[in-house]
Amino acid sequence: MAAMTLLPLLFDTLLGLSLIWLAWRALTSTDLFQAIVLFIAFGLLMALTWVRLDAPDVAMAEAAIGAGLTGALLLATLARLKANNKTKSAPEKKFSLLLTLIILPVVTGLVYVVLTLPQNTPGLAILVAENLKTTGVTNPVTAVLLNYRGYDTLLELAVLLVALLGVWSFGGVPKPHEAYSGPVLNMLLRLLIPLLIMVAGYLLWVGANAPGGAFQAGSVLGAAGVLLLLAGWQLSTRFAELPLRIILVSGVVMFTMAGIVFIVSGRQFLEYPPSFAGAFILLIEAAATLSIGITLAALFLGGRPGLRRHK
Amino acid sequence: MLISEILTSLLLAAGAFFFFAGTVGLLRFPDVYTRLHALTKADNVGLGLMILGLALQADSWAAAGKLLLIWLLVLLASASVAHLIAKAAHQKGIEPWQR
Amino acid sequence: MNNIYLYSIVGAGLFTLGLYALISYRHLLRKILALNIMGSGVFLILVALASGETPDPVPHAMVITGIVVAVSASALALALVLRVQAETGKAELPEESLE
Repeated sequence: MAAMTLLPLLFDTLLGLSLIWLAWRALTSTDLFQAIVLFIAFGLLMALTWVRLDAPDVAMAEAAIGAGLTGALLLATLARLKANNKTKSAPEKKFSLLLTLIILPVVTGLVYVVLTLPQNTPGLAILVAENLKTTGVTNPVTAVLLNYRGYDTLLELAVLLVALLGVWSFGGVPKPHEAYSGPVLNMLLRLLIPLLIMVAGYLLWVGANAPGGAFQAGSVLGAAGVLLLLAGWQLSTRFAELPLRIILVSGVVMFTMAGIVFIVSGRQFLEYPPSFAGAFILLIEAAATLSIGITLAALFLGGRPGLRRHK
Repeated sequence: MLISEILTSLLLAAGAFFFFAGTVGLLRFPDVYTRLHALTKADNVGLGLMILGLALQADSWAAAGKLLLIWLLVLLASASVAHLIAKAAHQKGIEPWQR
Repeated sequence: MNNIYLYSIVGAGLFTLGLYALISYRHLLRKILALNIMGSGVFLILVALASGETPDPVPHAMVITGIVVAVSASALALALVLRVQAETGKAELPEESLE
């Protein structure tokens, strides 16, 4: 019936319109706190859109990292900005006719280009599916991330590390906000943190055959770390020196070593033999999960632990 | 249609009604505490009804169990977070709305 | 098929909204928000073009990589915003003067 094909179209139209509306409200609201909260809601709607577009791995990554962690980082920075600067800056109301006249051709050009791109081409899906047996996993996205395009993932882990080094180069942890401690938060943490660690392990394990994988698992671990930091947990100084740094670089190091190890038997860098590929991918993903989780939590901390910022 | 599909649709519609009620409460209630009350109560019940409706369509008991776990986690998180927000608002000095 | 058109246009719209906000606002936090929304628009176009009967996994992998890189860049940018405020007292770019 016509109604049955109309309903999904209606849903998609509503979703698309709410995305645009939320983005517009987030960008133009005068209160920054409201803007960030609207941005988090926008991220959650994007996760719903990814599910609608048959991309469950992307949906998990967006919900945890894009909406959750980015929102937490923005709110923490806003709190620190407000703590350091008591004066209220005047809200900006910006509408520039010149800018609108310049942007309008840009948007029409973009829409035209996007609409003329070829649609419904399988792209690389056929190639990926044909060679899936030699990759050692059955989830095509994990195969692409860890095997076909493993080089990109290696460099992505390095980008995370470099961003953390950049944040650390600014000095120690900024003045910590008063942590809310109390029985309810403690109970919540006691229940949630073990559950989050278990869910991260599950996502890591299941990533070989179903939506999941190292980045989703690492972001759940990062969320657990952010929760601990919000409750006022301090990293013990014994752990803040060498062990922390070892875990942080273990993702990149493990990946590089796994790529090099088979060069002696005549293969290329990052080429695994099909019989070992599954085990190797799991090993790399385990190291990457731990390293991604700790890196994301350290990014939330906002400074080098163990060093007091002199201000 | 099957009886389970009709039941699922009814439960989903009822859940949506509770979400709608919670949202109306969020928009119309006068202060933080009453808004928190509307959000947590109505949204939890709405989510529970929706999960019940979806669990009827689940493939296996394990999938239904996972759905139930989602509801329990949301219950836990929303109750704790509502308490934390109310406590923070109280510490900031926001007084409950008096008529 | 209409799906792909619709979401591609939404992605292009998000990109332009972000671009407009990036250029016209002076507050650095708003610029970071705008950059993130521009990124989301681009990801939406990528994944929309990859959806369909057999979803193409390569753009999905690229978008996951993109999301992680975006959060790293945002974290570094936010640390920079705090430094800008420590040095100049405000987290805004200075008012443009015609000289």
